[in-house]
Amino acid sequence: MISLTSPTKIWAHRLPAGVKLAALPLTTLALFAVSAPAPLGLACVATAALYLSAGPLFARAGITSLRPLWPFLLVIALWHGISGEIAAGLTISLRLINAVALANFVTMTTPLSDMIAVLSWLLTPLRKLGLSTRAIELSIALVIRFTPALTHKGERLAEAWRARARRRPSWKIITPMAALALDDADHVALALRARGGLEPPPTSPPNPSSFPK
Amino acid sequence: MERNIARIALFAALIAALGFLPAVTLGFGVPITAQSLAVMLCGTVLGAKRGALAVLLFLALVALGLPLLAGGRGGLGVFASPTVGFLVGFPIAAFTTGLIVERWKGPLPLVASVASIIGGVVVLYVFGAMGLALMLGKTFPEAALLVTAFIPGDIIKAVLAGGITSGLAKARPDSLLSRA
Repeated sequence: MISLTSPTKIWAHRLPAGVKLAALPLTTLALFAVSAPAPLGLACVATAALYLSAGPLFARAGITSLRPLWPFLLVIALWHGISGEIAAGLTISLRLINAVALANFVTMTTPLSDMIAVLSWLLTPLRKLGLSTRAIELSIALVIRFTPALTHKGERLAEAWRARARRRPSWKIITPMAALALDDADHVALALRARGGLEPPPTSPPNPSSFPK
Repeated sequence: MERNIARIALFAALIAALGFLPAVTLGFGVPITAQSLAVMLCGTVLGAKRGALAVLLFLALVALGLPLLAGGRGGLGVFASPTVGFLVGFPIAAFTTGLIVERWKGPLPLVASVASIIGGVVVLYVFGAMGLALMLGKTFPEAALLVTAFIPGDIIKAVLAGGITSGLAKARPDSLLSRA
């Protein structure tokens, strides 16, 4: 599965993922603490410079990833255009663009493996408490493996529908899709149990002398 | 244990897969994403706790940078966007839906539909409108006004979720952990 990490490698890819992920919420909180358009505009310029420092290709990808925001910006523009509170509208829009752009920047410059490493590190306290985090790590792997598989099965159900009906596939293919997901889950559960299940592996190898000769 | 993990993971994958299928249309030709329907199904099929865990797992993968939300969106940006309230509401919606199906032992199609409306529409939209209000600097009623247009579609999805749940109960009788 394709992750949203940018294929164009830039300097920010080399920064430790933990540093980027710690800086992001702090910066976002700071953006929300400011409520005047001028400093937020400056912050926007800084964010734009961050993107441009990575080259035009990366910057263009950054703009594309902001596209889902336009309906909201339109609503804000209309709302504040009618009510006349232009400064407030500008503050909200600039803050929104900035916060989303910064979060996208971290996602674009942090590979999935680094993200998972940070998540695993965050779970360390649970392991220290004696809880197994294998279940979490395993389920992440399972979702990554089975999302394309289930999507493929859904596409085949839709094809089968189109072969039989003139109309487009309806919600009726969701029931068999969910049933297939349940079947897959049963097979996965059996396979996991057959391979020793989720019990943590023995820490020390069993003493050979304890086996009967 | 293994069975629970597998079901939680496969339902998280189902949420993603239903977001990828654009071909699903309602009776009158309106294309919908079935993603919020999948969130309701997590509650009605897996029950409160496991359903919420499946949704949380799905959201964790979105946060890690996978484009699993409908329309191929994902990454940390979606948690800073105006729709963040809906994402926060997703696991709570699945939990509420599951809890109602677990507690109310009425006829399944009806119970699952009503549970999906309460969890997947009422609870979800309260969180969604709160997020919108916060991110766009509006009051709660103003934000609620902005999302009203989407409520009828989601009520239809909730009723469909009820039908799909009872269909699953017939096709895979021991699959309904919410009624186990």
